[in-house]
Amino acid sequence: MSVGHRVSSDHQLARLLQIGIVLEEVVEARSYHHYQSLDDAPALDPEIESLLEHAAAESAAHRERLEELVDELDAESIPFEEIEALVQAQYGGTDPDDFDDILYDQLANEETAYKFYDDLVGALRASEATFGIDRDHLIDVLVEIREEEADGVEEVTKVMNDRS
Amino acid sequence: MNTADQYVKAIYLLQEMENGPASTGALADRLGVSPASANEMIGKLESRGLAEHEKYKGVTLTDEGIVRARDALQTYCIIERFLANVLSVDEFRAEAGDLEPVIDDLVAERLDTIIDRNAECPDCFDPETDACCHLDVPAEPVETEEQRAD
Repeated sequence: MSVGHRVSSDHQLARLLQIGIVLEEVVEARSYHHYQSLDDAPALDPEIESLLEHAAAESAAHRERLEELVDELDAESIPFEEIEALVQAQYGGTDPDDFDDILYDQLANEETAYKFYDDLVGALRASEATFGIDRDHLIDVLVEIREEEADGVEEVTKVMNDRS
Repeated sequence: MNTADQYVKAIYLLQEMENGPASTGALADRLGVSPASANEMIGKLESRGLAEHEKYKGVTLTDEGIVRARDALQTYCIIERFLANVLSVDEFRAEAGDLEPVIDDLVAERLDTIIDRNAECPDCFDPETDACCHLDVPAEPVETEEQRAD
């Protein structure tokens, strides 16, 4: 066990990036699931439809960028299909009741992802360890993804405010 | 999980094992810190109303400290289960300890949406094996006579 917020090895870094990939996969699978559930809704809401479509596409893009980093560290990623099956298994029977539920879940997704990248960037900056990939490039990628998550939080919050 | 949460979790588990206050030495050993660092943090926990320290006896969590510790233990269980069940990590206990400081409760909650955690969590956590009792913990390798002779 270690006390303190630091990332000190390639192995630990790869594991954290794998967790990031899984988080993105969860967002992607849940967005897709919500998107599908809109088909059963009495009236489609184009704003929410577009938001979910964008969230799923953005998570897929983030996942690919993280996978490239994991590849460089010579570690493996978890296939999206595996995570999608887990999301479906745990999510079955708990479909969101309405658009508000979907938006709250989407907000939680974006906020969680933001927090994850923010903590990871903080832990990397606090560490003096050398990694098997370029440190500046690694931090740049994670900061870019973090900023996109921050935009996502803002976007969902705006839609929620407009609807209230 | 922040440092204070790691401490209250460790105190909680030591209290469970020792059926009484946790000694500063045992706490420092469990967290891999110096006794001086442990003492300093115990002082901070006391001032926040999370723990009480009695000289020559050790540290005991307050009711508020116990609530914090159980929440932290639940987060830790999620990390262990995620590593073991989703990423198929054999050394999930050691890795969970390494990742614990960097994984926030919010992140653990989202990971929790894809793992099948027991409803009795965190009471399912066994402080002796440092793992959820529903997870298969790899047995410690047993040294044979021949290996001992080497």
